Amino acid sequence: MSAIKGKLDGKRLDATFFALSDPTRRAILVRLASGEATVKELTESFAISQPAISRHLKVLENAGLIHRGRVAQRRPARIEPKSIGDVTAWLERYRDLWETTYQRLDAVLADELTLRKRNKE
Amino acid sequence: MSSTINVTTPSDREVLVTRKFEAPAPLVFDAHTKPEIVKRWLLGPPGWSMPVCEIDVTVGGRYRYVWHNDTDGREFGIQGQFLEISAPERIVTVETMDGMPGETTVTTTFEDNGDETHFTITMLFDSQKTRDMALETGMTDGMGMSYDRLQDLMNRA
Repeated sequence: MSAIKGKLDGKRLDATFFALSDPTRRAILVRLASGEATVKELTESFAISQPAISRHLKVLENAGLIHRGRVAQRRPARIEPKSIGDVTAWLERYRDLWETTYQRLDAVLADELTLRKRNKE
Repeated sequence: MSSTINVTTPSDREVLVTRKFEAPAPLVFDAHTKPEIVKRWLLGPPGWSMPVCEIDVTVGGRYRYVWHNDTDGREFGIQGQFLEISAPERIVTVETMDGMPGETTVTTTFEDNGDETHFTITMLFDSQKTRDMALETGMTDGMGMSYDRLQDLMNRA
């Protein structure tokens, strides 16, 4: 583990998973995936207050999941494609591993079913 | 067969894996508790074998799995204890993984729908940090992932 651990930025990952643990923040990310938006625009899309939206954006920004622009007072938020890719890659890798294993189990179950049917006859 | 696996993180400390199997629950239950069947599928990634698979399916009974990398001889193991067994519906265990801190509570459920089983496994880690580590490495509940492939992933990230 130690060799691998050195390559990981644990704090950043904690922030990322924390940011993704909230359904509103995930919904905001989905919204931003289709294009950048300002706090005002997000407040209109979601039935929550402007300060609440700002707090969620701050969490997402700290996790490196989004980037806030600096166009005068607007500060539109947009998704940070690289960091989203990192998390998705981990989850996908994990899922693939389980799926490979369970496909093997599918085959074993099919064999066992045949065997048990035959033994009943 | 289109049994797709679903992996989610219902809370900061949990990972939930759900899947459907085309077999009745008693058989899927056996496939998770009888060593002679478990050894046939819980093999880890390609290039790994499972030389140790011991399961004492009684409340308070213990289990031990060890995987072995056939190329370089590395080994990875987990050991646990059964807290609850209601065959063929539900198993709760507590386990530790080699090289990982803390204990993980693993709840497995088998819901029988006639010819198929809706299967869920919930891993409750002792901290969010441990869970994220497990997600990163894939080293959870016997999934000994190749470090080489992890390294590839890290290099790409």
